[in-house]
Amino acid sequence: MKKILPFITAGLLFASLIPLRGQAQDFLKNSEVHGSSQADAIYYLPDSKLGITDSSLAGRLIRMNGYTEVNYSLGDFTAGMRFEAYLPPLLGYDAQNEGLGVPYWYARYKTDFIDVTAGNFYEQFGYGMMLRTYQEWTLGFDNSLKGLRVKIMPAKGITLKGVYGVQRYYWDPYKDGNRGIVKGVDGDFYLNDIFTGMADSKLKVSLGGTFVSVFQKDATRDIVINGKIYEMKMPQNVANYGGRINLDFAGFSLYSEYAYKINDPSARNKYIYKNGNALFANLGYTRPGLGISVMTKWIDNMSYKSDRTITNNMLDINYLPAITKEHTYALASMYPYATQPNGEAGLSGTVTYHLKKNSKLGGKSGMSIAANFTQVNSIKRSPVNDSTAVGQPGTLGYTTTFFSVGNEVYYQEASIEVTKKFSKNWKGIFTYLYQTYNKFVAEGHTDNQDNSLIYSQIGIADVTWKIDAKHSLRCELQGLWTKQDKGNWAAALLEFTVAPHWFVTLQDQWNYGNQDHEMRLHYYNVSGGYNWNSTRVSLSYGRQREGVICVGGVCRYVPASSGFTLTLSTSF
Amino acid sequence: MKKISVLLLLLVVSSAIHAQNVFTYKKLPSVNIKDMKGQPFSTDSITNNGKPIIVSFWATWCKPCVRELTTISDVYDDWVKETGVKLVAVSIDDSRSVPLVAPMINGKGWEYQVLLDPNSDFKRAMNVVTVPQTFLLNGKGEVVWQHTTFAEGDELELINLVRKLNRGEEIK
Repeated sequence: MKKILPFITAGLLFASLIPLRGQAQDFLKNSEVHGSSQADAIYYLPDSKLGITDSSLAGRLIRMNGYTEVNYSLGDFTAGMRFEAYLPPLLGYDAQNEGLGVPYWYARYKTDFIDVTAGNFYEQFGYGMMLRTYQEWTLGFDNSLKGLRVKIMPAKGITLKGVYGVQRYYWDPYKDGNRGIVKGVDGDFYLNDIFTGMADSKLKVSLGGTFVSVFQKDATRDIVINGKIYEMKMPQNVANYGGRINLDFAGFSLYSEYAYKINDPSARNKYIYKNGNALFANLGYTRPGLGISVMTKWIDNMSYKSDRTITNNMLDINYLPAITKEHTYALASMYPYATQPNGEAGLSGTVTYHLKKNSKLGGKSGMSIAANFTQVNSIKRSPVNDSTAVGQPGTLGYTTTFFSVGNEVYYQEASIEVTKKFSKNWKGIFTYLYQTYNKFVAEGHTDNQDNSLIYSQIGIADVTWKIDAKHSLRCELQGLWTKQDKGNWAAALLEFTVAPHWFVTLQDQWNYGNQDHEMRLHYYNVSGGYNWNSTRVSLSYGRQREGVICVGGVCRYVPASSGFTLTLSTSF
Repeated sequence: MKKISVLLLLLVVSSAIHAQNVFTYKKLPSVNIKDMKGQPFSTDSITNNGKPIIVSFWATWCKPCVRELTTISDVYDDWVKETGVKLVAVSIDDSRSVPLVAPMINGKGWEYQVLLDPNSDFKRAMNVVTVPQTFLLNGKGEVVWQHTTFAEGDELELINLVRKLNRGEEIK
């Protein structure tokens, strides 16, 4: 180091003198450095009511997840990396996250014609039902591909993509076929740009096609069935392909995607040799003041991973979106639903309507109403023959007919949300939800038991009072009523903000209806924070209730905890 | 020698950074996303005839984002008339909730240009950590200010900055 430093300095000094000559000045002038950083640290405290003791914390009282990402760009060239540290990971994140290093780096060259990335990348083909890599920091989820990606835009309206690589698995480096190699190609065609005759057409048409394949070095595998070990032959190459269409005409829109996967026995589908397929479709109609969306989804045996032995969320190659609404209010998200890749049939409808200002119901400032109904059921499954049970490992598993709907309810929700401005300084959002939640299915227990359905009603009032130009007070009151699971809950929140910098929040969630009187606990929390442009610091103290946090289609279980939380995030 | 080298190194790097201001987005990065009709859209083509532009990252499930866009929507007509500013709302809804974007925009009566970024490609290129995050661009397309989260009253700071830009004042 001692010897190198003078050289680096001399080099940089030299470089800093060159600007006089023009080119290097452009080099510095056109260079940009950007990035972001976040750290979440928790100081855990024992809490006898929550069953957390000194010994269960095992001395690891302070835990932290943190990352810093830096991206450099110069003209058409970009390069970047992300440093991550989990020392040790926060409770609720997989213990395999523990460690630190640079799991993400890339170099990229992009023009209007070609876009090449070497290193890690995030990519999505169509709706992602065949391939989607992405990162969700709050869930500790990252399935990025490391390898090579090439995109070509040969003509206006045409995008061709090819990817080749291996997926991230915590800190485990790829070696010796320890997980699959993913290959994929995709074409996206926007016909109105391709055919000049369609340029001015009101009808907009996009078409797309995808082919993905994963290779896992795994010719045979020993599988235990009813106590006996069987050596089973595995398909080493598993293909997943399909197409999509997107139409838009005078307020109407249609999006549909279909995917077909060849036989892919895995731990997730209990090693059955059945093909899989899935359809997603959305029909929408919008005009000023009105929006309607009807979605349907049918999935059969579509779990697709680059390691067939994995049962958790890691190494997913495809993404099967849940069609249930994503909730952010604490009690509305008590029972969140996640897609069942082994099979489900779903239908969802949403209507949003805006009542104009000065109308009878709309009042002085107008009012908007959103209503939603969603239902997800099992699919119908019949045995392949008389001597084979449905789902028996090592067989074709079962037969089903396309778009069949089974009798078992996985999830059901009806909701209505009214947003109303009462005056210049008062406004509110009022929500009512009715949910039916199949706890055993949604939380990954396949052996269904009686009374596994939880029926709940939820009411939420969210009112904001704008005290003056800078100060406002927001209050949330929530109730959840159910006879099952942990019984009734009530929650309240008060948030005081001083724009543009300060906020203070007080909240409590109270499980007042728990059958077990000892467990009628308060989950209180106090937090405060400061924002300065794109930097945010917050500190909170309190209890975190046990639960499932879901973002997109991925969920993470979080155990109950108690303590101080410090969060720091910035982007530059 | 070592100490002097380190000092010189720091000096050179910091002067280079300060002189050339490498932390400013001199223009929006070029990312290929889509508009509401499914048409390919390149983010470096976001323009507003030399007037300021607000780029706001949001999602249908993000309550503060919806509050921000609703609050601005109430005064947006006045803002446009007075300053010529344009707001571009970039939805980061993924394929789960992207079908809900169009109903929400129309149901709420928003008049913004809306773009879809379903795999967060543009969000990543702008180093956004959480939504809502709002960027303000001057008439030349340089990002002069950014802000994360939303509290009632933040919109007043935003429009004051737009007015400053129109007066030709520096934003620091």
